Amino acid sequence: MADVADPKATQATPALRSQSEVIAFVIMAVALVVAPAFAYPVFLMKALCFALFACAFNLLIGYVGLLSFGHALFFGWGAYFAAHLAKVGAVSLPFWLGKWHWLVIPLPPLPPELAILGGALFAALLGLIVGALAIRRQGIYFAMVTLALAQMMFFFAVQAPFTHGEDGIQAVPRGKLLGFIDLADQTNMYFTVLVIFLGCFLLIYRIINSPFGEVLKAIRENEPRAISLGYKTERYKLVAFVLSATFAGVAGATKALVFQLASLTDVDWPMSGEVILMTLVGGLGTLFGPVAGAFFVVTLENYLTTIGQWVFVVQGAIFVGCVLLLRRGIIGELARVLRIKL
Amino acid sequence: MFEIFGISSQALFGQLLIGLINGSFYALLSLGLAVIFGMLNIINFTHGAQYMLGAFAAFFLLQYAGLGYWWAIVVAPLAVGATGIVIERLFLQWLYKLDHLYGLLLTFGLALMIEGTFRNFFGSSGLPYAVPPELQGGQNLGFMFLPNYRAWVVVFSIAVCLSTWFVIERTKLGAYLRAATENPTLVRAFGINVPRMITLTYGFGVALAALAGVMAAPIYNVSPQMGANLIIVVFAVVVIGGMGSIMGAILTGFGLGVIEGLTKVFFPEASNTVIFIVMAIVLLIRPAGLFGRGV
Amino acid sequence: MKGLISFTALAVALGCGSAQAQYSDGTIKIGVMNDMSGTYADLSGQGSVIAARMAVEDFGAAAKGMKVEIVGADHQNKPDVGSNVVRTWIDVDKVDVIVDVPTSSVALAVNEIVRDKNKVFLVSGAAASDLTGPKCTPNTIHWTYDTWSLANGTGKSIVKTGGDTWFFLTANYAFGEALERDTAAVVEKNGGKVLGKVRHPFPGTDFSSFLLQAQSSKAKIIGLANAGSDTINSIKQAAEFGITQSGQNLAALLAFITDVHALGLKTAQGLIMTEAWYWDLNDANREFAKKFAPQDKGVHPTMVHAGVYSAVTHYLKAVEALKSDADGRAIVAKMKELPTDDKLFGKGIVRADGRKIHPMYLFEVKKPAESKAPWDYYKLRATIPADEAFRPMADGGCPLVKS
Repeated sequence: MADVADPKATQATPALRSQSEVIAFVIMAVALVVAPAFAYPVFLMKALCFALFACAFNLLIGYVGLLSFGHALFFGWGAYFAAHLAKVGAVSLPFWLGKWHWLVIPLPPLPPELAILGGALFAALLGLIVGALAIRRQGIYFAMVTLALAQMMFFFAVQAPFTHGEDGIQAVPRGKLLGFIDLADQTNMYFTVLVIFLGCFLLIYRIINSPFGEVLKAIRENEPRAISLGYKTERYKLVAFVLSATFAGVAGATKALVFQLASLTDVDWPMSGEVILMTLVGGLGTLFGPVAGAFFVVTLENYLTTIGQWVFVVQGAIFVGCVLLLRRGIIGELARVLRIKL
Repeated sequence: MFEIFGISSQALFGQLLIGLINGSFYALLSLGLAVIFGMLNIINFTHGAQYMLGAFAAFFLLQYAGLGYWWAIVVAPLAVGATGIVIERLFLQWLYKLDHLYGLLLTFGLALMIEGTFRNFFGSSGLPYAVPPELQGGQNLGFMFLPNYRAWVVVFSIAVCLSTWFVIERTKLGAYLRAATENPTLVRAFGINVPRMITLTYGFGVALAALAGVMAAPIYNVSPQMGANLIIVVFAVVVIGGMGSIMGAILTGFGLGVIEGLTKVFFPEASNTVIFIVMAIVLLIRPAGLFGRGV
Repeated sequence: MKGLISFTALAVALGCGSAQAQYSDGTIKIGVMNDMSGTYADLSGQGSVIAARMAVEDFGAAAKGMKVEIVGADHQNKPDVGSNVVRTWIDVDKVDVIVDVPTSSVALAVNEIVRDKNKVFLVSGAAASDLTGPKCTPNTIHWTYDTWSLANGTGKSIVKTGGDTWFFLTANYAFGEALERDTAAVVEKNGGKVLGKVRHPFPGTDFSSFLLQAQSSKAKIIGLANAGSDTINSIKQAAEFGITQSGQNLAALLAFITDVHALGLKTAQGLIMTEAWYWDLNDANREFAKKFAPQDKGVHPTMVHAGVYSAVTHYLKAVEALKSDADGRAIVAKMKELPTDDKLFGKGIVRADGRKIHPMYLFEVKKPAESKAPWDYYKLRATIPADEAFRPMADGGCPLVKS
């Protein structure tokens, strides 16, 4: 999506360019640290998980220009795998040798940090497979392919025995972080989620503002020119895709531990639609846009639960409104008005 | 009668016929999508919602105006096509200069709005719509009992698909349409009203979706979600067939219906996913789709 | 955290003197959560909130000095939405009891949360018999029906009346498979034979292919192990393909009177199903229906609504006896101790595993000519007495039951 980033912002001097972002980051971090005193912690944790999911998605659309319509795949399967590792542990891999056999890796239920890591790695693996298939196409075709592959994995999730179909994986134990921090306590869980979020956020920032990130932006602006400069754009796109999938997997895994549940909703296509909505509303290609968008959408849904199905109408109206009128999103417009980079 | 893989040939032919019937819905819907995408370069995510609107229009016509199925086949596509024209004039026309993905997002938002509104008023239980009396009953073909209505669906779909293909690929009007997509400015210089053609084409694609909805109303549940899950399968069909190709969409639609039908016999649990598996395989071998014009 | 809340509540309750009944923040808050807009909205939905309200009024809570508040929410048949709502309800809104919750996946998730936070869970809408089996808790009572009683009622009675060969059309998800498994076991135990089964994708739209397979199996009974719109669609399409005309009978393993209403008698006639309650069985039920229907847009009460009424009545009785609504386990223990008695289900008991016991009824859907008024749909084929209707407690595998 070549018209996404605002050219004026990139012309600012490097020092000014990152100063506003640093200030914004500090404000955000402080606000999030004190937030549990004012708002229901579970609500905040939900918003943080989705904010990370949206940041992961934004990495792909905002900085590489690829619209993935099936990102729920990585979010949901990251959640499933982490939930399974935390609750059951043992992983059974099917393989075919004359007839189906099962290779069982006997593991005990894993502590939360390993469960999240496992979920992230599984999402990365899925990202590699899906990316390899999808990167062959561009633009809309890419979106369609990701949507269709995600839907296929959704149906697989309905049937696979370890996901327990529509029950989902329930009663996932939060466990003890690093062996001694009991995550059943709401405060401990909140700060763990906050640390994960801020850590991944900083990682994404580092990826974007690195030579690798510059190549990605070049690909978004003009891929043929990047190819002519000698860059193997297919590989860069694939790496970006896998990174995006991994962070989405972290978000899903964390969410599974917060809510102690991994269910079909996490892999269904409305979830893919939601993350697109969050990023669009917040601002594609901005650093803080996805975070703002996620908080906005989660708050909206919270207050609209009483009106039932009208939630979808409101979401649809926001989509339409944003595409027509507010293409830069909340943070994008704010950045443009204040002439800073966010 | 002979046996193949443990299924009697009778049952097999029955399943193939049913697959063909389902395929005609896929073909009709992917035809509308292919027309809109081929002519306008817009991915119409609202297609599923417009299919649902067609079915509901048929229901309303019967319920409140006393107009039966044969009226609905004509009136419903016109009515829903008109709403399509409104959508194009109000929303889509501003997006042609932008990246195509915005069109996708906008139509996705519209689909959410339409489906959400209908879900609010009609819940999800579905509304009854009877098979028209002229088409009730069926023929005993020996290997299965074929309801007349389903036979009608196949015949009518093939007719509509072929005539649409003929108009677009073989007539002057179709030639204008195809030229206008390639180079709108030049075609306008010839005095042809390109924006109006685009609007009408979108309306036509939407009308095709609504027509499929009317045909579905007597046999599938008329419910607000009827389009939502179907649309993704149809997208897969269009990707397999090749995004710009009309004949590709038609052939793939029918073909995939048959493949799905066979899967239901031999491996029913996978019948939901087989179309996506085929899509993945096709993409590996021919990234442009089976009949596509290239990426 | 949860211990802290209930401990504080209990301390407040006890510390303020035991003569006056003290309810947590002064109100008994009842949370009715179900599907308000989806496929189960008609059989539960707003109707359950109405039924709960009627129960509170008939109990005379106001006159007894009990302040009762009812809140409703839509779980959209999703376990994560449902668990979110319940968590917020308990933590923030101080809801004391969760009622109804159709869709077994949501009920199972809520089951865990309510146990952890020591509130009360009265299940009317959900079917999973695991709620009184391996997943039973001291905070949950399963009120109206479950998969075992449905399988037993429909399966056993049909086999005994001649339907001894079966073919299953099963929805390919956990619930459908459980329903098929339970019914197949009952069929075989009573001398019937299962000729085959086919799993259709969930949710499905077109069942023609699977119905054709059922037809070619030549089984006398086609068992529909699915629910909601899948059941409705299967029945509609079976009629379309002439399956019922050619001599096979359909048995809906989970169906409600609202499904029959949606199908219409012409399509649904002859369908056999098991329910726990029917509005036209006796005068008390008819009177309830007469008061209920105008409040629910003419929809007559289903067994789920009746179950909500009965459960809330018994809950208020227990809370009144304990003079407190804080400790979930204590309330449920009281509900198991007191025999139940309400105008809809009559006298009954709640077992140690949390199973409410009452008779079940086998119904057949009337032909259009036999029905004299809207919602006059059922004729009674058999009554299954209360002591036979539900799975024996010893077979359940509930950890609360000492074997």
